[in-house]
Amino acid sequence: MSEKKSGAQIVWESLMREEVEVVFGLPGGATLPIYDALAKYEYPVRHVLVTHEQGASHMADGYARATGRVGVCMATSGPGATNLITGLTTANMDSSPVVAITGQVPTSLLGRDGFQEADVQGVSLPVTKHNYLVTDVQELPQALKEAFYIARTGRPGPVLVDICKDAQQAEMEFEYPDRVDLPGYNPNITAADPDAIARAARLINEAERPLIVAGHGISIARAEAELRQLAEKANVPVATSLLGISTFPETHPLSIGMGGMHGEAFTNYALQECDVLVAIGARLDDRLTGVFSTFAPKARIIHIDLDPSEVGKNLTIDTPVVGDALLTLRALLPLVEPSEHPAWVAQIEQWKSDTDQRDLLAQETEELVPPFIIRQLWYLTNQGDCAIVSDVGQHQMWEAQYFPHTKERSLFTSGGLGTMGFALPAAIGVQMGRPDEEVWVVAGDGGFQMTMPELSTVAAEGLPIKIAIINNGYLGMVRQWQDVFYDKRYAGTPLFNPDFLKIADAYGIHAVAVDRKEDVEGAIRQAQSHAGPFLIDFRVEPFANVFPMVAPGKSNVDMIRRPMPATAEETSEG
Amino acid sequence: MKHTLIAWMEDKPGVLNRVAGLFRRRNFNIESLTVGHSETLGISRMTFVVDGDARQLSQVQTQLAKLINVTEVQDVTNEPTVIRELALVKVHADSTNRAEILQLVDIYRASIVDVAMDSLVIQITGPEERVNSLLSLLDNFGIEEMVRTGRVAMVRGNGYSANGRHS
Repeated sequence: MSEKKSGAQIVWESLMREEVEVVFGLPGGATLPIYDALAKYEYPVRHVLVTHEQGASHMADGYARATGRVGVCMATSGPGATNLITGLTTANMDSSPVVAITGQVPTSLLGRDGFQEADVQGVSLPVTKHNYLVTDVQELPQALKEAFYIARTGRPGPVLVDICKDAQQAEMEFEYPDRVDLPGYNPNITAADPDAIARAARLINEAERPLIVAGHGISIARAEAELRQLAEKANVPVATSLLGISTFPETHPLSIGMGGMHGEAFTNYALQECDVLVAIGARLDDRLTGVFSTFAPKARIIHIDLDPSEVGKNLTIDTPVVGDALLTLRALLPLVEPSEHPAWVAQIEQWKSDTDQRDLLAQETEELVPPFIIRQLWYLTNQGDCAIVSDVGQHQMWEAQYFPHTKERSLFTSGGLGTMGFALPAAIGVQMGRPDEEVWVVAGDGGFQMTMPELSTVAAEGLPIKIAIINNGYLGMVRQWQDVFYDKRYAGTPLFNPDFLKIADAYGIHAVAVDRKEDVEGAIRQAQSHAGPFLIDFRVEPFANVFPMVAPGKSNVDMIRRPMPATAEETSEG
Repeated sequence: MKHTLIAWMEDKPGVLNRVAGLFRRRNFNIESLTVGHSETLGISRMTFVVDGDARQLSQVQTQLAKLINVTEVQDVTNEPTVIRELALVKVHADSTNRAEILQLVDIYRASIVDVAMDSLVIQITGPEERVNSLLSLLDNFGIEEMVRTGRVAMVRGNGYSANGRHS
């Protein structure tokens, strides 16, 4: 006969059985019993107090991405829970396994609009993989068991468990269930249908101009080695989505980098001209494809994805291959014949020919341009031996262009939702998941300020996170669109920034400002040699823009390229 | 093109909300939707009609199937099916036209389920076209109230059980 335990105890008992080491949260009235149980029974789970619940959900997300394990966040009812929503939506769009535990008003007060009541199950429903409202302690162990199971299996995603306060206080004889009861959920971690794999192999073998598009699914399935084997066996160039970055070494001769809106010109030309396109674990969203109808017009498309609803969602797919990336690639590899494709590889090399001339780093300028900082950071981290957590905006795209990731799972960024404010709290989760790794936040001055109060979490937890603010005094990417499409009318984009050095100092965090190229290296080295957190305020040339750029609603080859030196910017036609 | 689909789902609080929310969020054009118990305890059965092209239809099926509580989704459009709808119609009727209405009810194998001095409530069950046809005739007498259930469907012969498998 097992011992009676309260719902609050059961929360921690269940987390321990799921081997949860850290919970990011902020207590409130409706979670007081859960927090009290943590103190009273001294459960060996580390609680990290955040300053705002949005930070908690990004931290859990960052932790999950960095470790591949479920990240856990906790918030009270009402505003506490609704503050989690941006982070849960971010995790949902990027398939990150997160469990959110929220307190809810007592059952007797449900639906009466009392203090701090919100319909959290309703609010979170469209932005989570699944959710639960627990009104009876007897339902709690099963809900928690299933939440963790659903979050981490199949295509991972966030699951929310909303627990009424009286269910936290009620007691039951606790036993953690050893199985789930989910007749409608089959996580389906198998290779795709052999016929589909054979069809894919035949297309790849017949291809003259094959191209792989590698997405986040590769890193979720840990299929990086198999991706490389496929590319090398048949000599297939590899482009990636934003979240596909770091699934394939970007210094590899077959790597052609990120494609799409801010992809290199040769990458987009390759997407346009390929005759067989193998998309693996990529959603093929509009930022990668440009206008759907003009994407890869000459290609027969093979789409390998675990989630059948992704295959054919945006594009017409010639060969749907629904299955796990790792197991499917393993089954596909023996069927793929060694091949060379010399003309195709040479063609891509030829498209690269003017790229170096246009490269911002090749321009003779004294101005502190962001690509210079990004490349220095790469160089000084032993060529990318670190984790980068980027925010959203121009700096994110420059990071994607100028930091050649060679280490698996070394870039963490909000790809799908594009959540400004993601980087700092997510980096806290990344650093807690990888305590021995050098973790760099690369953020713009706008996004950084959205979750800046989490500096207190960095300081309180003593995390040695290094922060590079790419400070141009604008909401840069929006400003860039105003430059290009709105006749430079800068509505709402100039920023009033605080003195970031004083902000850092207020939290006891060391910081320096850099506004000259020659000081970049010294500042990065200073940050690296400092034992604790360190912030660098890079005051960059304010009007630099990210090119190439595909305008929204345009085809990928209809891009604005980087200007040739000493000439006006041109619109490329080929 | 219009498609008739059947979905089986766990009978749990909020499931209908999940399904309806999905239809709204993904911008699916749902023409009718009925839901009730299936032959299996704890499993509800939904029949719905969706209008869309092949891509939209595939999205409806795969996105619905992704919901944790949905156990099975089947498109029965191209299967031999029994499709029925039930309608209740309150029609204006007095001594001058009652006989004529009763005649129509008889022809359509509908039935009178309520009689008042100046109205009748008619119940008709059948394929939508038959329901539509009777309704358009009754319209001539003055329809005061009308309620329709929407389409329910069942595959003939070896159909689908609550597990969605051929029984």
